[in-house]
Amino acid sequence: MAETVKGGEFLISETPGNLVFTPEDFTEEHKMIAELTRNFVDQEVVPHLDDIDKLKEGLLAGIMKKAGEQGLLSVAVPEEYGGMEVDKTTSIIVAENSGKGASFAVSLGAHTGIGTLPILYFGTGEQKQTYIPKLASGEWLGAYALTEAGSGSDALGARSRAEKSADGKSWILNGEKMWITNAGFADVFIVFAKVDGEQFTGFIVERTDPGVSLGAEEKKMGIKGSSTRVVKMDNCTIPADRVLGEIGKGHKIAFNILNVGRFKLGASTIGASKYVQSEAVKYANERKQFGVPIGTFGAMQHKLAEMAIRNYVGESMLYRTAGLLDLATAGKKATTPEGAEAVLKGIEEFAVECSILKIAGSEILDYVVDEGVQVLGGYGFSAEYPMDRPYRDSRINRIFEGTNEINRLLIPGMLLKRAMKGQLNLMGPAMAVQGELMSIGGLEEGTGDLFEAEKKALANAKKVFLMVAGYGVQKYMDKIADEQEIMMNVADIVIDIFGMESALIRTEKRIKKEGQAACSHLVDAVTVFVNDAVDRISSNGKNAIASMSEGDEMKMLLSGLKRFTRWTPVNTRDARRRIALRQLESGGYNM
Amino acid sequence: MNIFVCVSQVPDTATRIKPAADGKSIDRTDVNYILNPYDEIAVEQALRVKEAAGGEVCVISAGDDSVLNTIRKALAMGADKAVHLKTDADFDGFAAARAVAAYLKTANADLIFTGKESVDSNSGQFSTFLAALLGINVVNIVVKLEISGTQVKAEREIEGGKELVETTLPAVISCQKGLNEPRLPTLKGIMASKTKKPEEIAFSGGPSSTVITELSKPPAKPAGKIVGSDVTAVPALVELLHNEAKVI
Repeated sequence: MAETVKGGEFLISETPGNLVFTPEDFTEEHKMIAELTRNFVDQEVVPHLDDIDKLKEGLLAGIMKKAGEQGLLSVAVPEEYGGMEVDKTTSIIVAENSGKGASFAVSLGAHTGIGTLPILYFGTGEQKQTYIPKLASGEWLGAYALTEAGSGSDALGARSRAEKSADGKSWILNGEKMWITNAGFADVFIVFAKVDGEQFTGFIVERTDPGVSLGAEEKKMGIKGSSTRVVKMDNCTIPADRVLGEIGKGHKIAFNILNVGRFKLGASTIGASKYVQSEAVKYANERKQFGVPIGTFGAMQHKLAEMAIRNYVGESMLYRTAGLLDLATAGKKATTPEGAEAVLKGIEEFAVECSILKIAGSEILDYVVDEGVQVLGGYGFSAEYPMDRPYRDSRINRIFEGTNEINRLLIPGMLLKRAMKGQLNLMGPAMAVQGELMSIGGLEEGTGDLFEAEKKALANAKKVFLMVAGYGVQKYMDKIADEQEIMMNVADIVIDIFGMESALIRTEKRIKKEGQAACSHLVDAVTVFVNDAVDRISSNGKNAIASMSEGDEMKMLLSGLKRFTRWTPVNTRDARRRIALRQLESGGYNM
Repeated sequence: MNIFVCVSQVPDTATRIKPAADGKSIDRTDVNYILNPYDEIAVEQALRVKEAAGGEVCVISAGDDSVLNTIRKALAMGADKAVHLKTDADFDGFAAARAVAAYLKTANADLIFTGKESVDSNSGQFSTFLAALLGINVVNIVVKLEISGTQVKAEREIEGGKELVETTLPAVISCQKGLNEPRLPTLKGIMASKTKKPEEIAFSGGPSSTVITELSKPPAKPAGKIVGSDVTAVPALVELLHNEAKVI
């Protein structure tokens, strides 16, 4: 039996380096598909970005079809249905490298993820045969219609209804779906509606089905080129065999597919972020003030280095998770119901990591576009320069595919659920930390490890998580979910832990392969990131502890927190300068 | 039609090249290699001829194992098979042409495509050497190509204009930008290229007819001179343009 890693396990144990996948582990095919996607975006998308944003008739749909001819829509589809079903890492590589393509990346992600996968994972053999080859080739384009005007985060509160016709041969759907990406050119919609107003169920609706109509294009702040419309169903009549999955089990589709969507969003945001950083670096090299390029100034170097560090950490988390999913779904094909079930189980196992990536990717990108505008100064504010579009496009990522708030609530929520079900042993380690709180911390011998301090900080951060979350559960029991502020604090600690560990392990692997001298900038990045993360973890811990406890209990928890966030500050200025110079020298993201 | 394409790898055009410590070669650390852009056009043209007239496209490249990635790229675009003339030694265009010619002598080639030059050494001699060694026709820097039967009509770029050349197969054609827009490989092509194993043939690498004695960066541009900001500066400017820059 191969070694495996469980979802959320990083919080209670160290993952061995050989089980952490990194971009340095890419195969030749991975690299070629990354290059293909980059070239496709540069040749077919980037020259048309302005026209795409103006919703020029047929333009984006045409590019999507070209992407289909190139095979970019068939990455996750089995050969039986005209695809290549390569690994999950490849899907993530395509999503990451599409990130520069702005609205195209959104459209691509929606089509290949939430537009195609519900049928692939939940459809009958016949449904797959009918739709998947067309979706994989781009002959047909897909969309996902879950949200309604009155039900966004509360997806199950949908009001759309489905009734069986009197003769039992068809379903009659009524309702309105809102913010539907790709709506303007989609041929197939995955629609969720309640059978008889009660049982939440998935359906396959075609654009040409009687009773389907579209609203006008929404006027949006960003991703203006992605078609977003209301999809109306007015006595929409579809054949009885268009139910997707089981009646009343629509939530299974909706939530499982969202995990994939979140993961992909993490990928496209990191890809966009690396591109935006490169634009900022280029400008900092060219723009002169006071007779020198602005990239020579410390204030600019701080920003450029911070962009690079966050991108590096994000990339490390992203491909680590891709590797986890590949490990969990290896050898399982979505062609049979059992295979599809196994693939879904694998994805569900890492739902926490998918939520982390969605939050981290969207917030890294938001930081980078914001500072990107700042690096360009007045030109950053000009719509004629390259920061305008990414700045506006970035904002939606914190909202769709589950808001970052919903995803933050999900992280501790899912971890606790896994603990209750016995899938993740949080209890034992939490008890151990509680025991440690009562004891006096002894002096420890140094290990002489290059990352000695960082590893200690990481191990301690996990203790902070166990202490804070453990106390919260003891205090509020099953009502902990109502303490949203505490849940957010815990989620932030978890995200920082995953980031620190993913970057640290990746860097250790690279040092082993490339030598320490070639990786000095990565050592700097890990050190600076941990330095800042320890502060954030301390702050989140304090907020949570002071809100939950009082008196002696609070004192004990706070002294534990102090012990677990002990860290000698490092010279982050010099480390950031070194990282920034490397970016400036190579003229883009280079970690 | 029996079609061959000769390709080489070159440093990514976005790479900043640094001379290595020996002063005779480039520093290969951090250098990303790509399929020479002109060779990419050659691959595309070979595929188009094959799609129109039938036949087979074989890619040939010389060098160490790192050229396998370049070969792979051409296979992913749709070439049917490949030959790797393997050597760890450095070699020049003439040595490469001899090695390729030795292989092609018995290969019954109808049509051989090359790029007009590689964008690293830019010597642009390979195609002519190869044709001479094989004793067949050659048309260089081709921007338009028509083939019917064994008749070849090629338009080539010359100083200040274009030249129309008619010749017959077998021939070597070196390709210039504008001849076509190379396709991107498809996902299927990339996956299929994994199974097309190049035939490996040992190549001694030499002897080269040229020796690189020194490699250096161009000297940094000296700072510009501002001789004045109004009409009174014109005489000084004319004097400098005439006597120093010698452009008027």
